[in-house]
Amino acid sequence: MVGNCSCQGYYGDRIVEVERVSKIYQQGKVVFKALDGVSLSIERGEFTALAGPSGSGKTTLLNLIGGLDLPDSGKVVLGGNDYSRMGDGERADLRLEKIGFVFQSYNLIPVLTAAENVEYILRLQNVEKTERISRVRSILDEVGLQDKHNSRPDELSGGQQQRVAVARAIVSNPDVVLADEPTANLDSKTGEKLLEMMKVMNEERQATFIFATHDNMVMDFAKRIVSLHDGRVAGDRKKK
Amino acid sequence: MISGTGAKGMDLSIAWRNLWRNPRRTLIILTAVVIGISSMVVLSALSRGMVDGMVDNAISNLVGHIRIQDPEYRVDPSIIRRISQPEQLISDVSRMLPSGTRIARRIKVDGMLSTSREHVGVVIVGINPEDEPGVSFIGRPVHSGRMISPGESNGLVMGQALLERIGAEVGRKVVLASQNSEWENVSRSFRIRGTYRAELAQTEKMYVFVSLPVLQEMLEVGNGVTEITVNLERGRSGDGDDMTGLVSELNAKIRGSGYVAEDWRQMLPSISAYLEMFNGYMLIWFVVVFIAMGFGIVNTMLMAVYERMREFGLQRAIGMRSSRIVRMVMAEILLLLLFGSLVANGCALFFINIVLASGIDLSVFTESTKMWGMSRIIMPSLSAWDLYAANGVVLVLGLLVGLYPALRAGRFTPVETMRHL
Repeated sequence: MVGNCSCQGYYGDRIVEVERVSKIYQQGKVVFKALDGVSLSIERGEFTALAGPSGSGKTTLLNLIGGLDLPDSGKVVLGGNDYSRMGDGERADLRLEKIGFVFQSYNLIPVLTAAENVEYILRLQNVEKTERISRVRSILDEVGLQDKHNSRPDELSGGQQQRVAVARAIVSNPDVVLADEPTANLDSKTGEKLLEMMKVMNEERQATFIFATHDNMVMDFAKRIVSLHDGRVAGDRKKK
Repeated sequence: MISGTGAKGMDLSIAWRNLWRNPRRTLIILTAVVIGISSMVVLSALSRGMVDGMVDNAISNLVGHIRIQDPEYRVDPSIIRRISQPEQLISDVSRMLPSGTRIARRIKVDGMLSTSREHVGVVIVGINPEDEPGVSFIGRPVHSGRMISPGESNGLVMGQALLERIGAEVGRKVVLASQNSEWENVSRSFRIRGTYRAELAQTEKMYVFVSLPVLQEMLEVGNGVTEITVNLERGRSGDGDDMTGLVSELNAKIRGSGYVAEDWRQMLPSISAYLEMFNGYMLIWFVVVFIAMGFGIVNTMLMAVYERMREFGLQRAIGMRSSRIVRMVMAEILLLLLFGSLVANGCALFFINIVLASGIDLSVFTESTKMWGMSRIIMPSLSAWDLYAANGVVLVLGLLVGLYPALRAGRFTPVETMRHL
């Protein structure tokens, strides 16, 4: 479980701390520096967009924040847990307990219904059955899928699938929700509804949302925009 | 909600649904598993039936389950190697034998059968006809004529093949000659009362049966016999250590008499050795059949795993440990194998008990079956060992080969899967 991780120092309200992080990818003989000495800290309850063109390193940074990958140099700390001091299994446990993910292409498990997809994460967390059922019903109602609990992903529209993905990400009350281009496959109206829903969740649940996006609409919703360019932080703007 | 309680229940529930995501592919693997296991079970039942037939033929061919005789008789089967007081010996041992055991006393000596035109070497067997049913093949109804009656002074029953060989017929007289305990030639004429059929023509040509008291009188041996044959009610099944233990007890009991008790495995060492190896052969054959099946399982499961790469990546991303993913894929393989094995056993049992209920008639291969001492009709004989071994090989090796795709699935990282798709 997460309790086994190595915790370093006191980060106060900073939920994410990225310190001089670099990440290099190599494909064949081509070496690509995805991140180059990026430093960033995000506070609990922020609604932040990592913005930038394709190849700027925003998805790589999001993956590092989520512990899906490790930096080649530098350090990423989430909720006081330094990934570089954790094993693969410990990072998996941390993701399960503390992080919710929303991906561009929904990534629901096709053999499970909407309710089961949301319940899945609670099953992994060994949440007791009655509580599971109540939380799944409540969150699916909250994202406007009252009548779709028993629908399989292939019976849902793209927007509905992404709502299920958001419900799955938020149902376990994670400290951080990481969303990688969540609106990319949605029409603007559906994307806007989804963002409104996430903003409400951010405000009501005090969950920290971090988006990787190049969608202007997402940037409009974000309270803070961290711009990336060629693997470096090119700007960091907080809205009033 | 996801059915099943606890983590294992959830894994199995998801595994079962995953199996039917691509029904055609699942049905193809299932077909391979069903054909593999059911063919292993059916063919092993036939092979074992063939071997059982050989053993039963050998045992009923005047061998018996246990035989008490002079220790030298097997090397020198002459009348001087006889049991002089068989009644006393039978009285001593019968109390140690389980109920339902049948005991037959016999004299078996080499002799010559003569007609006016033919002289044939035979084994003359003196029997009490009422003791033989359930002990040896001669206890079965005769093929033609009638069985000799107890104590009948000049009746003889011979094999149908011998009758044809000497060109005689039921009712004709023949002369039997042998040597008595003083090595003097003795002979006596008998009338052919009937003929028997045995599984092997060689048996029919070898043994002629006369009444025990008559042969005792002819050979001047009083009440002497050359063997006491014991047939246990349970038959050959359930033997092994039990029969070995019984034989040891019998030998302990008759130690001072100068005679020895032996079970059929000691009397038929070549068949016994073959039986010892049979299970090993079966296991090797099961593994060979599995290897062909195993390639299919690995290949198909790898395809299934690579198709779901993204899903595994997602599961890793949301916090599933790779060991859990390995377990989920293994659960799919286990369900597939268990379901396949269930259907396969049903098919095999149907085939064995319905389609092959009356056996396979190998009469057309008479010469080959004769050579190997096999029955003309092979009755399938399904043993628990074969059933467990066939299913066990497929389940255990299936899970072992399934580890490769499962471990592969566990090694996908979220980033790798997202970059690929």
